This record gives sequence, C-alpha cells and structure tokens, in this order.
Amino acid sequence: MLNSSTDDSYHSWDAATLKRCSAKLGITIEQQSVPAPQVMTKSLRMASSKSLPDVIQFDASEMPTFAEAGGLIDLRTLGLSTKDIPEGIVDFGSYEGTYYGAARTVNTLALFYNKDILDKAGLEVPSTWDEMRDTAKQLTQGKQYGIALSAGGAEDGVFQFTPFMWSNGGDERELDSKNVAEALDYWKGLIKDGSLSKSTVNWTQADVNDQFMAGNAAMMINGPWQVETLNTKKNLDWGIAQIPVPKAGDDSVGPLGGAILTVPNTGDTAREKTAAKIVGCMSSEQEQITYARNSWMVPANAKAAAIWRKEVPELDALADQVATARSRTTQVGAGWASVSLALQSAFQSALTGQDSAAALKKAQARAASGN
Amino acid sequence: MSTTTASPPAAATAAENATATKQPDPLRARRRRRLSQWGFIAPAVVFMLLFFGYPLVRNIVMSFQDFSPSTFFDGKAPFNGTDNWSKVFQDDLFGKALWHTIVFTIGSLIGQFGIGLALAVFFTKKFPLNGFLRSLILLPWLVPMVVSGIVWRRILDQDTGVLNSLFDTLGFGGSTPWLTSPGMALFSVIMVNIWIGIPFNMVILYGGLQEIPKELHEAAALDGASAWRTFRSVTLPLLKPVITVVLVLGFMSTVKILDLILALTDGGPADSTQTLGTLTYQNSFVQLDFGAGAVVGNVLILISAVFAVFYLRANRSEGK
Repeated sequence: MLNSSTDDSYHSWDAATLKRCSAKLGITIEQQSVPAPQVMTKSLRMASSKSLPDVIQFDASEMPTFAEAGGLIDLRTLGLSTKDIPEGIVDFGSYEGTYYGAARTVNTLALFYNKDILDKAGLEVPSTWDEMRDTAKQLTQGKQYGIALSAGGAEDGVFQFTPFMWSNGGDERELDSKNVAEALDYWKGLIKDGSLSKSTVNWTQADVNDQFMAGNAAMMINGPWQVETLNTKKNLDWGIAQIPVPKAGDDSVGPLGGAILTVPNTGDTAREKTAAKIVGCMSSEQEQITYARNSWMVPANAKAAAIWRKEVPELDALADQVATARSRTTQVGAGWASVSLALQSAFQSALTGQDSAAALKKAQARAASGN
Repeated sequence: MSTTTASPPAAATAAENATATKQPDPLRARRRRRLSQWGFIAPAVVFMLLFFGYPLVRNIVMSFQDFSPSTFFDGKAPFNGTDNWSKVFQDDLFGKALWHTIVFTIGSLIGQFGIGLALAVFFTKKFPLNGFLRSLILLPWLVPMVVSGIVWRRILDQDTGVLNSLFDTLGFGGSTPWLTSPGMALFSVIMVNIWIGIPFNMVILYGGLQEIPKELHEAAALDGASAWRTFRSVTLPLLKPVITVVLVLGFMSTVKILDLILALTDGGPADSTQTLGTLTYQNSFVQLDFGAGAVVGNVLILISAVFAVFYLRANRSEGK
C-alpha cells in the first residue's frame, strides 16, 4: 500500500496494523510512504506505468481528482459495508455518490486554549465570535497574542478558514457572497485588534502549534494531530472547545479532514478483491480504535467512536465538532484545488490590506474560470 | 550544460592530432579521424537527446495538449490548439509572476555578484585567518536550500524572529514584516537568495583573480595607477571571461527558482512572491493541469535559451 506516513510514529503505527492484517489475511502487505503532497503525483505516475499498488491512502480532498480520472474502484461493489458509518463520513469518502474511500479516523479543527492563561485572567472559554474577539484582545499582553491560527498560502490556511466561512453560512461555490466576506472581515478584525499576529499569513498549522506551545498564543485553532506534540510539553495545561460561532445558537461547522483508504483500478479483479479485504481489515472497528488512540483522531465507525469517546472524554468537543463537520469536496469535487488556490490568494490579500469583498470577488472569478 | 558539450569535442581534437601524426595514408587517416571524432561525440549527443532533447520536445508538445489526470490512465491527451497558452496568458497571475521573476533575478544577481566580487578582491590580500574565513563563507552554499529556507523563515518571523529582536535591541524598531507584507516579501526573498549565492560568486571570482599575473599589478603600481584605476583597467578586463561564466550560471539557477520560495513563503503572501517557477509547480502539481504547467515551463526555457545564445555569442567574440 502507498501512504503518506513518512512521520516516524505514523509509519510504525501503520506497520503494526499491516502486520496484524497480514497475519489475519494470510498475505504480506508492504508499506510505501511518500510525503503527503507527492501521493497524488506518485499515484498518477504509477497509473501510467501500470504499477499501481493495491491500496492507496489519499487525503480525502484529493480523492475526487483520482476518482474522476477513473482510477478508483467502488468499495461497495467489492463487498465493503457502510452500515455503521455515519452518513457524513460516507459522503466524505464518496465522489458523485460512489463510495471510493474508507476512512479509519477523521479529524477536524477545534479551539485549543491554555487553561493556565485563561484561569489567571479569569476568562471563560469563548463560544461566539464576539466572545472570542474580546477574550483574545484581553489575553494579548506583551509578547503573548490572544490567538494563533494559520492563514498560510497553502491548503493549511484554507482548511482553517472553512469553519469561519461555513459557520457563517458561506459556501465555496459563492466566494463573493456576503457571508464569506464577513468571515474574512472577522479574521481581519483579529489582526486589527492586535490579537492575531500578522505572521499568520506565513504560518502552517505546525507553526501555529509551535507558537501555542511556546506560550506566544493563549488560544489556537488546530487539529487533533497536534495532540501528540502538545503532550510532549508536560507543564502545558490545555483544553479544547468547539470553534466559536457567529451568534449564540449557530452550528459550528468545521471541515472534515483525514485520509481515506482507496482501492485503485488495476484491472485485476482478484487483486482488487484482496485489496478490499486489506481495506476492510484496516478500517475494522478494532483497528480504528487502535489508530484513534495513537493519533488522537476520531474513529469513523459510530460504534468505535462511542467507545473512544469514553476513553478520552477530554476530546469530547472534537468528537462533537466532527459530527457536524463538512467535507471540502462534496460540492465542488475535483474543482476543490482551484477553489482552494483562489481562496488562499484572496484571504492573504485581504489580511495584508486589501478590501475583503474585492479580493473575494476576484477569487470567485478565478475559481470559476478554473485557473 | 555547455561544459559537458564542450569537453568531448576538445578531447576529440587532441586525439585526432595524435592519430594524424602517426598515419601516413591521408584518405584512411581522414576516415578514421572522422570515425573517432564521431565516437567521441556520440555519448554526449545521445545523452543530450535523451535527457535534454526528448523532455524539451515533450514539454513543447504537452503545452498544446489537454493533459489531465485521466491521461495517466487512458493515455489520451487530445490536442487543444492554443487553449493552454491563452489560458495562461489571460491569467493575471502570469504577468505578476513574470515581473517577480525579472525583479528577483536582476536583484539577486546584482547583490550576489557585487558582494561576491568585493569579497573575492578582499580575500586576495594576505591577512591572518584568511583561509579560515574563506571556508566559513562557503557555509551557505553547503546547506541544502530547503534547510536555509526554513531557517530563514524563522529568522525573519515578524514577532519571534531573531532579526527583528536584534533590530529591537539596537533600537531600530523591531516589527518589520519581512515575509508577511506583500510589499516586503519579494525583497526579503531576494536578500536570502543573495546570501545563498555569495559563496558561489566569491569562489569562482576568487579563482579568476588568482589567475591574473601579479606582474601586471606590479607594472600598474610602478606606472603610478591608483588602486581603483588598477582594478578597473587591469583586473576587470582580465576577469571578464570568468565574470561572464558567473553571471550566466547565476542567471540560469536564479531564473528557475522554486525550492527557496516554497520553503520561505509558498508564493505568498497574496501571490507577492509567485515566480514562473512556482507558477509551473502550482499548475502542474497542485492543480494537475499539466498543459498549463508546460506552457509556463516553456516560457522559462525560452528565457534561458535567449540568455544561452547571448552567452555563446559573447564567448565567440572572446575567442577572436
């Protein structure tokens, strides 16, 4: 199988899973890992040289591109069931109604906060935009910013913008709508208040985590994959909450993220059947719980998620956020890459001085032309 | 590129001279000479065709094709005329990227060359620790570009970066938005690239300076020429061939810049550091629109080719 587990811990977790599945299925499964941005191009090259692996783990936002090119097999026809998987997560692994990818775990973004700093200031964890803006402003002192988030010029930044855009009723097909502009103006407001560093346009999500860990930010928007790193700093007491919403009572809609296991179209039915068995084993309830325990992400299977929730009550907020989270590609499919590029450019222009509405208008034109 | 092609023919001439002196029969000699000439050239020709010719032609063809992810499966890439070209040229990002590339290249070259030459001249003087310092200056060259990029990104961070802290301590005000303001980012990226390019320029120019016979400088000194006059009328003209090489090689490696920018700014903020290199990358490997990527790639090749022609011209007149 091909995946992006180049990180030591992820690689060894997958190796352990594959070892168990190999024993169970009586076969030998090899793991090949390439950096995440290369999974797609590597897979395409393998497709043209007819040397596709049996299983490819794609980032869910990339899957539609490969599926549209005719590269993936419908998992349902290969006998994989979606019985216990919540509808949102089935959609997450589907393109145009066909279920191509089985998720083991899913993730989303949440608000991480430094308990000590909030306690000392006597502040509550914010739950609306206004509260967050106030809290962040009050927590900004000296070298410490109220909040950190990534508005970087890559998928990281777009991923972080979506919860603000979607919770405000914005839509990726109408980037020039008022709702999207409001969300962007909210970000601008944070910078204007001085609660969010101007460096945000240059930060990846990992940089944001570094800032939070170093005590340079009292709160941050980030995902559960950072928990492993966060826990390496013993004296950091952090908590997690849903991303604040525009008005009390609104739904907090986060982006659904994570990788999915797919079976590429190798033209060899026997191999594809075996591949489906591998996917089935890797995404079985037990394996999902194991993987979730390791990676701090939420199991895709409803039953597994229930068990996991009891184990890690501190991540409850995250599990709730996943339940309402939205997939980036449900609406625009393979067009996401264009939308994402246009959006990056727009919020970066706006955060560095341009008018939000004008920047988004340009972005909409660019996304629509597919450039 | 030019060095690989230049050496086999040179070797062939030497070999041909050697065989010519031994062979008495002129006709057979000539045929054998031809054969051995081609024999020497052949590996280079095959290499060039395989690794430069084929990709080049392929890239040109690809820019007229609708080359999408599905092409990798069915092998079909229908020709779509100049669709890719008009699409790229209509995108205002292309104009921006072209402008950034020009500014980046010229800015980097001036900085690298100027400082490199100054240092090279400086190191021709004898002083203690000369060799040690000279090897220290090579460091930026030895560090992989992506590593320098990531380190510089930290150094230039607006709030926590070392550079701003230093400026703050010195009282210059420490909140320069090096990489975070669209007006500033390109300048910062150029600065980092100059830092990276200095060692290369210095080493080559230093080597060139060593080649200049000492007597000439002594003669100039005897004639009462000032240091500046000596530099302008003796050093620079004799250094000219080396300068051409440095500038052309520098140009080639600067115009196609990609890794440094990806590591420093990812083309941002707000596309203010997009160059032709990052645009090709974005088209081909993020949007998977290989046709459009090929168009930008071709423009890059064209620019390099124009420069290569200038270089060859300059070299030819040098020979005369």
